[in-house]
Amino acid sequence: MILTPILLPLIGAFLTFITRRSAPLIGTATAALTAASSIGVAWTVGRRGFLSYPLGDWAAPVGIALRADGLSAVMLLTSASVVLPVCVYAVGYFRKQAGEAHAAAGFWPLALLLWGGLNGLFLSGDVFNLYVVLELMTLAAVALVAIGSEESGLAAAMRYLLAAFLASMFYLLGVALLYGAYGTLDMAMLGARLVPEPAAYLAAALIAGALALKTALFPLHFWLPRAHAAAPAPVSALLSSLVVTGSFYLFLRLWTSVFAPIASVSAGQLLGILGSTAIVWGSLQALRQQHLKVMIAYSTVAQVGYLFLLFPLVTSAMATAGGADAWGVSAWNGGVYHAISHALAKAAMFLAAGTIVQALGSDRIVGISGIARQLPVTTYAFGIAGMTLIGLPPSGGFVAKWLLLSAAFASGQWWWAIVMLLGGILTAGYVFLVLGQELSQAGSDHDVEMKPVPRSMEYAAFALAFAALVLGLRVTEPLELLRIGFPFGGS
Amino acid sequence: MTTFAIYAIGAAALVAAGVHGALTRPHLVQKILSMNVIGGGVFLLLIALAYREGPAFADPLPQALVLTGIVVAVSVSAFGVAIARRLHARMGRSGLTEGDLE
Repeated sequence: MILTPILLPLIGAFLTFITRRSAPLIGTATAALTAASSIGVAWTVGRRGFLSYPLGDWAAPVGIALRADGLSAVMLLTSASVVLPVCVYAVGYFRKQAGEAHAAAGFWPLALLLWGGLNGLFLSGDVFNLYVVLELMTLAAVALVAIGSEESGLAAAMRYLLAAFLASMFYLLGVALLYGAYGTLDMAMLGARLVPEPAAYLAAALIAGALALKTALFPLHFWLPRAHAAAPAPVSALLSSLVVTGSFYLFLRLWTSVFAPIASVSAGQLLGILGSTAIVWGSLQALRQQHLKVMIAYSTVAQVGYLFLLFPLVTSAMATAGGADAWGVSAWNGGVYHAISHALAKAAMFLAAGTIVQALGSDRIVGISGIARQLPVTTYAFGIAGMTLIGLPPSGGFVAKWLLLSAAFASGQWWWAIVMLLGGILTAGYVFLVLGQELSQAGSDHDVEMKPVPRSMEYAAFALAFAALVLGLRVTEPLELLRIGFPFGGS
Repeated sequence: MTTFAIYAIGAAALVAAGVHGALTRPHLVQKILSMNVIGGGVFLLLIALAYREGPAFADPLPQALVLTGIVVAVSVSAFGVAIARRLHARMGRSGLTEGDLE
């Protein structure tokens, strides 16, 4: 049962690889089945609570355990709700893209492989198994960047590969130190055995550095904007929403389980400072870009910063008596909620941008003026997604920011609130820059140059943006699911 | 100096040499090879950690990890070399320029 969200995409990847012609059909069918099985796992977690499954009946410390709690369930649902619309979009996108048969043939197996790795990441309870699925996910992601026809994609993929390779070596070194010191790879057992000593600190520093590089936390974000902007639109959507979220998930998971005994307040503050710098620097970079996709990619750098504001708040809650109940819960919920709504909104934004690029043949921001008349649904999708990123009510982004802000004030760390509000203003700046162009009346001479775009592409982007909006209206259910297996004390 | 310390220092030296190479060498194949040198250090450490006292024996788990790690490193390296070759064929260069960074 818990295995199906991992196995189905891997089988689908194999099938789409050998049957090239019907790959879109098989790929979409696999995506639907995988989404159904993810919902099944999440449903079971919601009904029965924490799930655990020792692979091949080998118990830890020798065997590998798969685990699902509220956080895994929410992440499974998020990836399903992103991948499904992206697949629908990709069917239309690759059909229209002339001379991209090569890219289309690569997209289906790699995207499914990526999803299999990602679901494995959400369900693993073992630090070495996490290394393997993280590699699977990263390799698929690098290959997806390289499938486009553009040469900039190849160079970006190379840079991404080198950064990711270095990160995985550091991660593995950290895992080796943990095994040497504590004799187990199981996350729960490691958390119970870990004590503050040099080996533990070194392992924590290596693994945190590796994951910061993979999540593209400032100043280790250098590989992200090119890689995400150079890839074909459905790929950019998957990378910017899910791959970033996947490695953030791993960071959060390890921080609150394995490394909880040594997670110090000052380390949390350092992550918060890096996150804040990412918010300001990424947003400023986004504001000065002339190409739509590069702008959205820099926006991802900034939004990753918000995710890391979770760490100072949660760490101080763990260190303070009663802090978990006072603000730990809202910080935790807010951070995860931000990850979900960013994933949905960013995927919607990249898909909308891809539609515009396909219609106009260029992604210069000045060139898109007046496009709202021809592509109203796409403009809507971009607008709603932007609303979530800015954090305007009633979107999911608003709920996330509100929870994080209240946690910041409750813990007396008001300085994070200033960064969040400043980031919101800067985000509004670049979102309205694009929306203003789209809605402007000046460029009515576009009527002739526009290429027709399949409806399915427009509505796939809209569905994602709408999902991010609904997340702000139905808050109770996701948060209740998230409480299952809440990592620290206070229930 | 214990045997383990010798291995651990050797592993640290390999990792340091690999990181140095990965950051300073411009040629892509040299960068990929440097990553493998880091990998060599990590694997050496894992194998050294497998030693158990008492009746001396080797813990099989780290060896399994090293095998898996080698498989992953080989696949990533092969893929990296494939991309490097294609970059060379299309653009006639063997390194990444600053222009890719912007």
